[in-house]
Amino acid sequence: MKSSVIVFPGSNCDRDIAVALEKMQFKNQMVWHKETRLPKSDLIVLPGGFSYGDYLRSGAIAGKSLIIDEVIRAANDGCLVLGICNGFQILTETGLLKGTLLRNKNLKFINKNVRIKVMNNETKFSNKYKKDEVLKINIAHNEGNFFTDDNHLKELKENNLISFKYCDEKGNVDDQSNPNGSLENIAGIYNLKKNILGMMPHPERMVDKLISNTDGVNLFSSLLN
Amino acid sequence: MEITDQIIENHGLKTQEFNEIKKLLKREPNLLELGIFSAMWNEHCSYKSSRLHLKKLPTNGKQVIQGPGENAGVIDIGDNDAIVFKIESHNHPSYIEPYQGAATGVGGILRDVFTMGARPIALLNSIHFGSPTHPKTKSLLNGVVSGIGGYGNCIGIPTVAGETKFDETYNENNLVNAMAVGLAKKDKIFYSKAKGINKSVVYVGSKTGRDGIHGASMASAEFDENTEDKKPTVQVGDPFTEKLLMEACLELMKDSSIISIQDMGAAGLTSSSVEMASKGSLGVELELDKVPCREENMTPYEMMLSESQERMLIILEEGKEKDAKKIFDKWDLDFVVIGKTTNTNNLTLKFNDKIEGEIPIEALANKAPIYDRKWIRKKISKNKVELKNLKKIKIEDALLKILSSPNHSNKSWITNQYDQAVMCDTAQKSGSDAAIIRIHNKDKAIAVSVDSSANYCKSHPITGGKQTVCENWRNLISVGAKPLAITNCLNFGNPENENIMGEFAECLEGIKEACEFLDYPVVSGNVSFYNGTNKKNINPTPVIGGVGLINKLSNPMGHSFKKDKSAIIVIGKTFGHLEQSCFLKENYSIVEGMPPEINLLNEKNNGENVLKLIQEKLILSSHDISNGGLLVALSEMVFSSSFGIKILKPKKLSNLLGYFFGEDQGRYVLEIDNRNLQKVEKKLKNNNIYYEYIGNTQRDYFEIEGEMKIAVKDLCKSNNKWYNNY
Amino acid sequence: MKFSITVTLKKDVLDPQGKVVQNTLNNIGFNLKSIRQGKYFEVVVDEKDQKKAEKKVDEMCKKLLVNLIIEDYKINKL
Repeated sequence: MKSSVIVFPGSNCDRDIAVALEKMQFKNQMVWHKETRLPKSDLIVLPGGFSYGDYLRSGAIAGKSLIIDEVIRAANDGCLVLGICNGFQILTETGLLKGTLLRNKNLKFINKNVRIKVMNNETKFSNKYKKDEVLKINIAHNEGNFFTDDNHLKELKENNLISFKYCDEKGNVDDQSNPNGSLENIAGIYNLKKNILGMMPHPERMVDKLISNTDGVNLFSSLLN
Repeated sequence: MEITDQIIENHGLKTQEFNEIKKLLKREPNLLELGIFSAMWNEHCSYKSSRLHLKKLPTNGKQVIQGPGENAGVIDIGDNDAIVFKIESHNHPSYIEPYQGAATGVGGILRDVFTMGARPIALLNSIHFGSPTHPKTKSLLNGVVSGIGGYGNCIGIPTVAGETKFDETYNENNLVNAMAVGLAKKDKIFYSKAKGINKSVVYVGSKTGRDGIHGASMASAEFDENTEDKKPTVQVGDPFTEKLLMEACLELMKDSSIISIQDMGAAGLTSSSVEMASKGSLGVELELDKVPCREENMTPYEMMLSESQERMLIILEEGKEKDAKKIFDKWDLDFVVIGKTTNTNNLTLKFNDKIEGEIPIEALANKAPIYDRKWIRKKISKNKVELKNLKKIKIEDALLKILSSPNHSNKSWITNQYDQAVMCDTAQKSGSDAAIIRIHNKDKAIAVSVDSSANYCKSHPITGGKQTVCENWRNLISVGAKPLAITNCLNFGNPENENIMGEFAECLEGIKEACEFLDYPVVSGNVSFYNGTNKKNINPTPVIGGVGLINKLSNPMGHSFKKDKSAIIVIGKTFGHLEQSCFLKENYSIVEGMPPEINLLNEKNNGENVLKLIQEKLILSSHDISNGGLLVALSEMVFSSSFGIKILKPKKLSNLLGYFFGEDQGRYVLEIDNRNLQKVEKKLKNNNIYYEYIGNTQRDYFEIEGEMKIAVKDLCKSNNKWYNNY
Repeated sequence: MKFSITVTLKKDVLDPQGKVVQNTLNNIGFNLKSIRQGKYFEVVVDEKDQKKAEKKVDEMCKKLLVNLIIEDYKINKL
């Protein structure tokens, strides 16, 4: 399977996702944001980091770069798109995903391992996970507080578009297990066609037992399935 | 413009120094030239008070590729891999504007590392604040932690270890020491020595503004009531631009276009151009009208002294300018040829074709006065602490008091603000004895730690200096790493004060002795003097940053108990030394007496044996014993695990408090699977290592037979209490 | 009484955000000489005397809203 990782000035987790993709047997290419054409890809990844320093608004400036038009075109054609952390923020700024990521409730950057629950295990990104499976995964962000209007929230629920929710070890979704104040503990969402996934936690950080764990592996396996 | 006495003083120069300048130039300097001398001759750039003493430090070893004298130190970790690292202070700016002061401190040290061709792979910091009850402490703490996180997280380098300390000695003078560690190829290290005449001198990075003009002079001046007026000299960091600059430089470094490269740090364009030329015994001519400026109408004086961040100076091979510029254009950074190397041995500054200043390079780089400041040895304290006169205290109460104190309480509220996992090679994070960073794509890893013991250094500088090195060494051993080399940041008060200078000289003596004995050389470092306000100086605070090597990383060795009913042994003898201990400070507010003695032979033997045991996979978890003594070390092993312990009452020692809270050095706590206990004991006996079996792990309770029993949950609660209330 | 507070960076202080926003606007086709980013607050104080109200707002700025080391501010009555 062919993947393209878009690299913006300030992207930091591009190497990390490339390493994970290659480990999972993807044929990966790095694409600089100034390119006007995308290589033929089955999966496009917008990596984590601080594109453009998060200046103005996280993801706002990257959302206006040359390559984004190509990403939008490919997404509309059905190409799979994965936005991780800053990538998720960029997806919301371009409109490919609705909603927005606000400053964390406690106003501080948070880096720690949290638990998320697989809410929908029937998509191209999640079919290798069990329904309601609880994953231990790393978050690292200042603006991870997902918010959207009532209409969109309704759409998300009615169409099973919420991919992950923050929860505790036993899978309980509650305030205590919500690290950043996200609406209904939402950690990730799909678009209507379910070919675009945006998520705040970092699956590429969870593919190596020595460093962390392998709870992220199945996300990539699902894609290869 | 006439140079008056007031102008000389404003530039931080003394009259004799000014006279020396006149002698070297054979005339009076103009204002531009005076500014340049003031920048190059201040303490921060010239090390005039410290040079004589720093010369004594051991800087060699077969693991050393580059010692002090370059932007950072370089050590060999085998396989054509090298580690580049250094620690630096940014104390005064952090007091004035904590967020930006700390942020630009991180930015500066990162540039020192990647300028040598190393991709930074870890950041550490040692930060010290005044008493938590002091009105400024909370805002300084918040600002500094946010600044460190804001810069490190944005540039995408994990901040993996550090220490945060509170003591009233830092009330008006907080300390921020930032350390960066980078990975390079041994055969691709870049140095700052300029070579060749008529080579292009290229400016890359951010535009030049009026930031920090005379920041280097500020670092060499004490604070007083007028400090508030110094505000405009604070620089604002731009981590986004630094990320671009780092990537662009590392890309350019892939080929051989660069002859030499240096970052523009303190005294910006001045120090970088002078140092590069001086090392190469060349001259340099700069056309200042070519310098990219972000403000209008900047004068040559402002351009030469600006400390705008995120800029580098490169000397390029002939004909490489076009290709190099392409790389910097890709990353949207300024790339301008602003001058050339010459054989005049002068720093020649031109503006619009007119020579505005001309100074012999040697006068700036090597003729700064070196002071052999007077110093006196610390008298050994005659005050003995009579333990029997102290109010009786229960062990449990004493322990909880220490664990809930600001210095010992759980610091995850700080470390959670730093991205520790980015780059996906952090095998062990903050909170352990040392962080472990895997070398990308390889089996091996490095361990890093940063440590200080200001209280010991205050009471007996030689011992304190020795102890700080030993503790740092032990922290690396505890995670299974062979300690290789250190960087040091020496934070002291006013060197013109004989006592302070004595503290400096003696701490260095201690550091030297320990480093020599342990084969643990100093490869880089920084000196920060004048940390004082209104004649009150800080306690001597040498900070040691160490790097060690783990040849084959299997499971990271941490200090969390791993199993139920495993054996716990203590390596090294406990004499019960309580003077200068946390126990006395937290429970009785007594800070008296001598620090614990250091026995270097024991340190070495104990450490080498512990390392071997870890490498032979006979140890489940290990922890070095330092502040707070044995009980605090055991508590720390409990917090991070899900196990408690049961400790047997020691049979021989009568003073239980001394046994449990004494801060005797050279000791480790090891957790050993019962099945391996005999094997381990045999090895220790064969090597004459003193050890004691003290008990075993158990579920749920922290217990000392007949003395105390507390639920682990409650122990953790007391450790988390302080921050939640602050 | 309602006031607006406009907080801007002092003249010589680096504005990393403004710099990047300017480049982006230029790339999208807007030509501008410079742009600096600041903050805007609207405050309503319970005070009928204008002079007293302004003094209160000014104190708020000095105590919290403005980083006096690198920022300037302007108060306007709305």
